[in-house]
Amino acid sequence: MGTEKIKVIVSKVGLDGHDRGAKVVASLLKEGGMEVVYLGMYQTPESIIKAAIDEDADVIGLSYLSGEHLVYTPKIVEEMKKNGMDDVLLVVGGSFPPEDIEVMKQMGVDEVFRGGSRIPSIVNYITENVR
Amino acid sequence: MNLLAMPRKLADNPKALADGLLLGDRRAAARAITLVEDGSQKGTELMKLLYPHVGRSMVIGVTGAGGSGKSSLINHIIRVFRSQGRRVGVVAVDPTSPFSGGALLGDRLRFQTHSMDEGVYIRSMASRGYLGGLARATTDVVRIIEAMGNDLVIVETLGAGQDEIDIIHVAQTCVLVLTPGMGDDIQAMKAGIMEIADLIALNKADLDGAETCLRSLEATVRYGFEEKEAAWIPRVIPTVAAGARTDDVRGIEEVAEAILAHQSYLRESRTIHEIQAKRVEQELGLVFRDEVQKAVFKGLKGTGKKRQYIRAILEGRTDPYSVVEEVLRTFLRV
Repeated sequence: MGTEKIKVIVSKVGLDGHDRGAKVVASLLKEGGMEVVYLGMYQTPESIIKAAIDEDADVIGLSYLSGEHLVYTPKIVEEMKKNGMDDVLLVVGGSFPPEDIEVMKQMGVDEVFRGGSRIPSIVNYITENVR
Repeated sequence: MNLLAMPRKLADNPKALADGLLLGDRRAAARAITLVEDGSQKGTELMKLLYPHVGRSMVIGVTGAGGSGKSSLINHIIRVFRSQGRRVGVVAVDPTSPFSGGALLGDRLRFQTHSMDEGVYIRSMASRGYLGGLARATTDVVRIIEAMGNDLVIVETLGAGQDEIDIIHVAQTCVLVLTPGMGDDIQAMKAGIMEIADLIALNKADLDGAETCLRSLEATVRYGFEEKEAAWIPRVIPTVAAGARTDDVRGIEEVAEAILAHQSYLRESRTIHEIQAKRVEQELGLVFRDEVQKAVFKGLKGTGKKRQYIRAILEGRTDPYSVVEEVLRTFLRV
């Protein structure tokens, strides 16, 4: 009773079928005491936003492997703006060139974790920055 | 008030949220659900405002073991009800880790067919340590989803075994999902979850042994209910909810039809009134228990007494029963 929990949406977007990373992160965020709604593969920016609204999520976490991060991320940022979700944290993880980190942050992503990131750093980042 | 233009948490005004969600605003409903889930005072205020507007929806419970196919079955049932033009809300409960306090909520994943349908509201809930197959706040969450104007609210329990049967206090119609190979007819004759089913979906009915299982379930149900001359005899419906191809999916229309038949039976026989009265009784008991506990813990907070009591019990100077009597006398003037 009276305990607030951090609610996180973990999802992949588009046709990228590599969900191992997303699953690992989802279970480790669970270990970190968060309530994780796992959406799985083949989501669209719109379906992720609708889930985040229905679930009253504090955080949206996107996982990419197949190089679509610069295509879908701006669309998600745009949808979030359209829906007034300024207080929802947007975190991106996956495999991409290091120079794309800054590109995504410029787009409006709050934090980016590339492959090889330590899980405690992700849990800590979310816990400290959730709005 | 335009909730869309406000940051989520600043909009936590019970009256504004109640007004918004009564008009069907899913954002207001979503925030309202968080408030009751967190057991906040604002959540309590909100429920007071909503109470006059609830009690009109059909509330359907779906229970069964983890992996039996509850979510996949619900995904198809939603499709049938949506094709009839009904608005559908879903609450899906998954377990909270007793170690980390976190949860992996994996039911929404199975409802992808409806991920863009504005006529479907889906909410995942963690059990947060509550036993009985649901979460403490599930009753209130169902009420909020009712108040949004949904014709049907489907409540999915976490993976339930034999005795997680709190769903009967929340739902009017209970669907039990079983699969072949889960045990013999003795298992089916046991008390608990087998008894609460208003209809049974024997899912994965394309697996080996399904036919035998179906016969034995039908026989068990017949002994149990026909002997008692019960007015409603649960049907056993074979289903396949996750087919490799769409054509492989079966039994869904029959399940939806049986749910509606049970709802008509409840209303025609006026049994619905008994169910609603029992629901309120259960709810009242729960609220009482919570509020008493809150009052007592609030009174004890900061006094160091809780630790003293524990030490006294460990040292054999007193016992839990005497402590509780003393505490109740102090804080509730019983």
